[in-house]
Amino acid sequence: MSETNDTSAAEPAPAPQPITTVAPSPHVGDKGMTTRRMMVDVLIALSPMVVAALVVFHNVAVQSLGVMAICVVSCVATEVLFAAARRKPVSVGDCSAVVTGMILALSLPWSCPWYVSMIAGVSAMVLGKMVFGGLGQNIFNPAMVGRAFVMICFASALGAKAYVGGEGLGDIVTHATPLSVLKEPGQAPNLMALLLGNTNGSLGETSALACLLGGLYLCLRRTASWEIPLGVIAATGLIAAILQLNGSSMTVLHHLLSGALLFGAFFIATDPTSSPLTPKGKFIFGLGVGGVVMLLRTLSNYPEGVMFSVLVMNAFTPLINRWTIPKPVGGPVPSRT
Amino acid sequence: MTAVDVTGKKGTFPRGVHPPEGKAYSADMPIKPLPTPPEVRLALLQHTGAPCEAAVKVKDEVALGSVVGTAGAFVSASVHASINGTVAALSVATLPNGRHVQVVPVKAAEAQLGGEPLMDDMYGGDWPTDIDGYADEQITTAVREAGIVGLGGAAFPTHVKLTRNEAKPIDTLLVNGCECEPYLTADYRLMLEYPAPIITGALLAARACGAANVVIAVEDNKPMAIDALRRALRGDGVRIAEMKTKYPMGGEKQTILASLNRRVPTGGLPLDVGVVVVNVGTAAAIARAVVRGKPMTHRVVTVTGPGIEQPKNLLAPIGASYAQLIDFCDGLKPSARRIIAGGPMMGFTLANLDTPVTKGTSGVVVLTDKEVRQADETQCVRCGRCVDVCPLNLVATKIALAARHKDWDLAKRYHMAACMECGCCAYACPAKLPLVQLIRMGKVQMPRE
Repeated sequence: MSETNDTSAAEPAPAPQPITTVAPSPHVGDKGMTTRRMMVDVLIALSPMVVAALVVFHNVAVQSLGVMAICVVSCVATEVLFAAARRKPVSVGDCSAVVTGMILALSLPWSCPWYVSMIAGVSAMVLGKMVFGGLGQNIFNPAMVGRAFVMICFASALGAKAYVGGEGLGDIVTHATPLSVLKEPGQAPNLMALLLGNTNGSLGETSALACLLGGLYLCLRRTASWEIPLGVIAATGLIAAILQLNGSSMTVLHHLLSGALLFGAFFIATDPTSSPLTPKGKFIFGLGVGGVVMLLRTLSNYPEGVMFSVLVMNAFTPLINRWTIPKPVGGPVPSRT
Repeated sequence: MTAVDVTGKKGTFPRGVHPPEGKAYSADMPIKPLPTPPEVRLALLQHTGAPCEAAVKVKDEVALGSVVGTAGAFVSASVHASINGTVAALSVATLPNGRHVQVVPVKAAEAQLGGEPLMDDMYGGDWPTDIDGYADEQITTAVREAGIVGLGGAAFPTHVKLTRNEAKPIDTLLVNGCECEPYLTADYRLMLEYPAPIITGALLAARACGAANVVIAVEDNKPMAIDALRRALRGDGVRIAEMKTKYPMGGEKQTILASLNRRVPTGGLPLDVGVVVVNVGTAAAIARAVVRGKPMTHRVVTVTGPGIEQPKNLLAPIGASYAQLIDFCDGLKPSARRIIAGGPMMGFTLANLDTPVTKGTSGVVVLTDKEVRQADETQCVRCGRCVDVCPLNLVATKIALAARHKDWDLAKRYHMAACMECGCCAYACPAKLPLVQLIRMGKVQMPRE
């Protein structure tokens, strides 16, 4: 719909006559709030995690930066090519492809081969976003679609061994990831290490502190809805508490601080497009993500479950939306009789 | 039902938005009478309801306050001459809301009431607080004969609201002085400069509809107006309720919720919860009609915004053209980009400045490119910001997109008809979707059952 068409004011005012426009109300908008601004917010919030990743993996910093660069470039390039192929206006200016690329990169190990990163980026955009019609149309979180694709196609490149580096690369990368360790009975990693990030893992799942920092910024800016991380943390914490009472070596804090849980809660599950619309729906969605994460962590062969749980709950988003249609203030519209 | 006393606590309602207030342009400009224009054009339909019948012929002499349009139906309001003059040939005008209405043009005579004497006649002098001498029906009849309509914008005939309804007794008369639309300061100036007629009018209206309580609700960004009203109270049982500043606090459903903690049912009216709401300007007009026997001929109009050379609050005769108002404020700046009748959140764009001012015209706001909402729409990312700001708790994006695709089942499931079109969703939308306009069109296009 075209909102403006020029008409000249019928005002016998001194020259030069102002050109005025007509449009429906409201005539003012929140200038500070654009889709691009929201995406830039996410990039700002991701920066502490990028810094933490580079510090923790300082011995493999070049490889780590390479993974990030390849993911971002492949996502952006795919979006441009796809838009050109469909003869649609290119919308990379909104930075959403950069966000997808960064989140994808932070969910991969530093050792991810260049072609795997690239295929992940391309499949994230094509299968996750563009085939649905682009921004705002996708059902699943694009970054997680990309990661799931390469995880299945290149299982070894993303398996537990991919995280453990060879000799001479320093302490951290020679250790198994905390959640893999936990698959062995009777072992629990150091909580302080999990908080600060002195642990092995995907690029973005090292420091819980950096993740909390960025996540709180996102919630304060209202770019991410706080209901989702709250739901994830509540469900994970509750189930972990029950397991702990039953004698698990993993405490609640181990579950909350390890792996991609906080990263997933604040950055992946909060993708607006693939999560519900209403505050209540968002909280239910968060609970669901947390619940599925714990299900996978305790019962499946995978050490981690954030990716699959987000994808599973994405599929439930339309249903949750339908269940949580808010009641208007003043009650439902009376039917005409 | 008893009024919930929330004294001491500022009233508010959930959600809503905080657009830049922009009131500073005209907040300190005292109300000045517009010099009598050479011609006024009196629309015969400037209220919600049935149009008036012209009561005058070409070349008839009319005086300030004489009837030019008579209301036949109950839900209608007569129109009175706002200047002395001669009736010209009836014509048609397009009001800012797009309606084509018949107008009675009146050419100004030599002798006019203007300047200070006009201000005194309107709002000056003494106003009684002892209203025991006025009977209920006498008040309602005077209001009806004076052609008073709600001055907040919807222009609903006031006598209809004041008429007693046995089935739905009224306990509270709520005077709305929130003026939540950005830029507008007409109600603010009236409360600040002439609080006495507002209080008298409120007491009279309360008596007419049988309300025991009178509450004046004012947003807390107008402390001087609150002070002025408090000083003007004379132990007459009127309560001033301070409201948190938030758009759309002045919407009557929101004012009622914030000040009395009552929820007007969807599709219902304030009288369903025992409340009658009148705007402060309406209250002053009621006082003038009942105490002085004067009809509604003028109103306070704010002419303001960054695109106006000299913003002002004017006492304008009904029927003056927007061009006359703007000229008296030294005209438009070259940067003027949009001329709005009413406030920027719900007002209508003007394309033709010959349009006459009606009883519902609260202001003219002229914006420049810097403020105007850009219309370059992108895809909805389903962020839910429209949900976070909707004062009625609706899901604007679902309703708007359902309306765009004419999916009426979906629109109904999301309660499209409950929307009051306040514009919060479109204000907050990061994708700049024309959400309100889509919903407005959907409401019109949806087939009736």
